[in-house]
Amino acid sequence: MPSARSGTLAVYIHWPFCESKCAYCDFNSHVRDTVDHARWRQTLLAELNFEAGLTSGHQVTSIFFGGGTPSLMQPETVATLIDAVKKLWPTNDNLEITLEANPSSVEAARFKDFAAAGINRVSLGIQALDDRALQFLTRRHDLKSALAALATAQAIFDRVSFDLIYARPEQTIDAWEQELKQALAFGTGHLSLYQLTIEPNTGFAGTYKRGGFTLPDEDTAAELYTLTQAMTADAGLPAYEISNHARPGQASRHNLSYWAYDDYVGIGPGAHGRRLHQATARLKRPEAWLERVEQHGNGLETAEPLDSRSRAEEALLMGLRLTVGIDAELYYQRTGTPLNGIIDQSALSASIDDGLMVATPKGVTATAAGRLVLNRLIATLVGA
Amino acid sequence: MTTDISKIRNFSIIAHIDHGKSTLADRLIQATGGLQQREMVEQVLDNMDIERERGITIKAQTVRLDYKAKDGQTYVLNLMDTPGHVDFAYEVSRSLSACEGSILVVDASQGVEAQTLANVYQAIEHDHEIVPVINKIDLPSADPDKVKLQIEDVIGISTEHAVLASAKSGLGIEDVLEAIVRFIPPPKGDPSAPLKVMLVDSWYDQYLGVVILVRVIEGTLRKGQMIKMMAAGTEHLVDRVGVFRPKIETVDDLGPGEVGFITAQMKEVAQTRVGDTLTEIKRPCAEPLPGFAPVQSVVFCGLFPVDASDFEKLRDSLSKLRLNDASFTFEMETSAALGFGFRCGFLGLLHLEIIQERLTREYDLNLITTAPSVIYKIQMNDGTNLELHNPADMPDTVRIAHIEEPWIEATIFVPDDYLGGILKLCQDRRGIQKNLTYAGTRAMVVYELPLNEVVFDFYDRLKSISRGYASFDYHQIGHREGDLVKMSLLVNEEPVDALSMIVHRSTAEARGRHMCERMKDLIPRHLFKIPIQAAIGGKVIARETISAMRKDVTAKCYGGDISRKKKLLEKQKEGKKRMRTFGRVDIPQEAFIAALRMGDEG
Ligand SMILES: Nc1nc2c(ncn2[C@@H]2O[C@H](COP(=O)(O)OP(=O)(O)O)[C@@H](O)[C@H]2O)c(=O)[nH]1
Ligand SMILES: C[S@@+](CC[C@H](N)C(=O)[O-])C[C@H]1O[C@@H](n2cnc3c(N)ncnc32)[C@H](O)[C@@H]1O
Ligand code: SF4
Ligand SMILES: [Mg+2]
Repeated sequence: MPSARSGTLAVYIHWPFCESKCAYCDFNSHVRDTVDHARWRQTLLAELNFEAGLTSGHQVTSIFFGGGTPSLMQPETVATLIDAVKKLWPTNDNLEITLEANPSSVEAARFKDFAAAGINRVSLGIQALDDRALQFLTRRHDLKSALAALATAQAIFDRVSFDLIYARPEQTIDAWEQELKQALAFGTGHLSLYQLTIEPNTGFAGTYKRGGFTLPDEDTAAELYTLTQAMTADAGLPAYEISNHARPGQASRHNLSYWAYDDYVGIGPGAHGRRLHQATARLKRPEAWLERVEQHGNGLETAEPLDSRSRAEEALLMGLRLTVGIDAELYYQRTGTPLNGIIDQSALSASIDDGLMVATPKGVTATAAGRLVLNRLIATLVGA
Repeated sequence: MTTDISKIRNFSIIAHIDHGKSTLADRLIQATGGLQQREMVEQVLDNMDIERERGITIKAQTVRLDYKAKDGQTYVLNLMDTPGHVDFAYEVSRSLSACEGSILVVDASQGVEAQTLANVYQAIEHDHEIVPVINKIDLPSADPDKVKLQIEDVIGISTEHAVLASAKSGLGIEDVLEAIVRFIPPPKGDPSAPLKVMLVDSWYDQYLGVVILVRVIEGTLRKGQMIKMMAAGTEHLVDRVGVFRPKIETVDDLGPGEVGFITAQMKEVAQTRVGDTLTEIKRPCAEPLPGFAPVQSVVFCGLFPVDASDFEKLRDSLSKLRLNDASFTFEMETSAALGFGFRCGFLGLLHLEIIQERLTREYDLNLITTAPSVIYKIQMNDGTNLELHNPADMPDTVRIAHIEEPWIEATIFVPDDYLGGILKLCQDRRGIQKNLTYAGTRAMVVYELPLNEVVFDFYDRLKSISRGYASFDYHQIGHREGDLVKMSLLVNEEPVDALSMIVHRSTAEARGRHMCERMKDLIPRHLFKIPIQAAIGGKVIARETISAMRKDVTAKCYGGDISRKKKLLEKQKEGKKRMRTFGRVDIPQEAFIAALRMGDEG
């Protein structure tokens, strides 16, 4: 019998505030005039304590401050929380501690303090290397301040990544090729390159439905993606996940934990976690979460047990996003279901024939073509 | 007490749809019930409640009206309402055979339409006295004189006694009643002769059991009589005799010429045969009435549950529906592609749609309907004959000597402006023009058409070409030999039997091409490319390719929020349930339904 490994643990901390809401974004982010930082520090600490009580034996391998805009946190709060994690759990030597940051001058000015607090990796939300595109995306920053923030970050942190959103309306293959070339020239060790998705209940959802803009068609989107794979690989940052690229050794260990279906705790409003064979979710609205934590010591909205079948589906959904794919033995250990107990074998051999899946020495993985149609592919593999 | 036969008038109302048949019927009931209005209202309402509870649908609506005429005498008027649509021509014919006359309702501004003509010809065949009623004369566009002329020209009946009326305002209703009394002859018959009763219709009632609508021809029908159904050969005790006023009212007996109902402790409608003759066992009549031909299904299709586990539920639901509608048939069918289902026969396309809709709405079933088919008669080389209801059962062509298909004669009324389009439609559907005449600015076209060209979407096309102004009616004129072939549809190289159809060789290619195009639109992209082919025998006559899906992946991973992606997977699983899988291809349910609607120009 496989056991729930009392092994590694990733810690996610959610900061739900932003200066303004971007039109494409459906993350749990909120705009507030004032934030009581001391109160937030206490409640986030309380949540860490609560989770540590349940997962004490685990070794923490990474911390991730996500959002929202965690670069709006007081560095003091970040320091307090990092220290708390180190006291509450055993941690490994080269603990990865990432902060998502928006590239404005105000935030860049605090990078030094974040580094002092213990942050050793930043991920900058640059989104586009073009002022008109930044305006379209309703970002607050312009290209100039983004590049300045990037330079500051590279001077202070060893590990820097930034995000771009591509496949934007009317973005041609050529235009993206130029933009990506420029992005690669900054020489960061990591890049997240996301194709624009219209999410329900966002500013874009309405505009798009009313025909305010159009997106590249399926074929163009596929071409853009393929081009991105080739260019990043040539530049020495091949994809290790659908939208993530890194030089050797520079992949985000925190995000790899999700994809490898390791345990992780998620605290703060709307944060998700997977630990002790449970799927946890926190109350989303900041005020509701705050009150709940102050009254009950945690902000849990749900903690649902995951049976072996659910874990198996989740691990498949996550694992096939990775270029290395799924290690059958580890998969069995984490889910209690053998890989061939979830993947329909005739569907698998058909997708191998179609060039969408391949066998690896340790298990299976999707090919580059397969990753491009992963949603459909996974559905087919599990018989849907 | 039986009614004095000279005071009985049995009549139907016939009309093109929307010319005011139901409204007029309501008016007549209202006008004649006026005497005991207070009493009537109470009883009628009671009765309606029970009716609603029991869900009775009195198909051939019958009402017995007492009318005190201007001559001072009281008459019994039996109104037999008839369904208007061509699919139910058979029921119309049953009702007509129980009457001596018809009121022909014609809209004063629309004039004669296709169903006017079809219905009136049926009435003439039943030797009816016909009283034209020009209705809706309250409308500013009414032109009663022109309509009268049209009735004389097109139908060829006199309008000397035509009544001008407005069923809406009540104008002329008295005149209609007087005309019924004056011009429709009373029935004939001897109350003391051996009993001879026509079985007009029957339906199932939850409380009363099987209710049989009858018209007494000779003799007297009484409660307590032992009767015999002459064709069925079964014997029954009459335990209730009654009439509809329109509420149910029991009476002691029914004399010659009277219309009413009986119950005889029967459990299933199937035990009764419409058109059968009832007689008394003690003193039987010598000869049965010339019975009706049994109801013939004209259009067939397969009904399959989308969810295979609903098969038994479908069987139950069909059985329940059949309790009240013996005019459709069903038998089990197995399809390689669709699994277990039923091959069902209907009176026509409308009937098919009604049953399908009731199954969906009232019985909450999710169904796949295969392309409708007509009955083909196949003469085999070895001299044997076959009747083919299902294209999937078509024998190997080398063994077939020839195939015959059913033809109809269609009458179409259409305003001049749209005539060209209608003629082209008929021509495209292999029609043979028999007649083309004008009545004012409207043309009347008569075409012979193969029924299989009509069951697809002829009616829809007709309506769209004429912007809804054309009217259409038809009757069958027998089978004729034709160069018919089975066209199969192959999805990813595999034949999908539920999509195969029998077509004329001359139209096969166009149909095939159209079918492939439709499927290309309806089947979503898959992970691999899917050829869609239409083929006759081994020969491909049309082809389309659905290219493989290029991109379908969630770019963002939303931190640790796996639940989002799981929801997508659940949605995909749900979607899959609304599909049928053929080999590796998922075909959505709509694709099968769309096969019903095969437009030429889409
Ligand atoms: N203006 C006017 N409308 C009428 C008259 N008789 C019926 N109608 C309307 O015509 C439509 C069709 O009537 P209905 O009795 O249902 O026709 P049926 O299809 O022949 O039964 C309804 O909207 C009626 O209200 C009439 O005399 N004058
Ligand atoms: C947690 S979000 C935002 C982090 C940070 N607040 C920011 O805006 O830079 C992480 C990244 O997801 C990407 N993203 C968010 N919504 C997206 C969408 N609708 N389509 C494509 N990418 C999106 C953006 O690149 C964004 O930087
Ligand atoms: S994209 Fe980033 S800054 Fe914009 S609303 Fe979302 S979380 Fe906030
Ligand atoms: Mg009506």
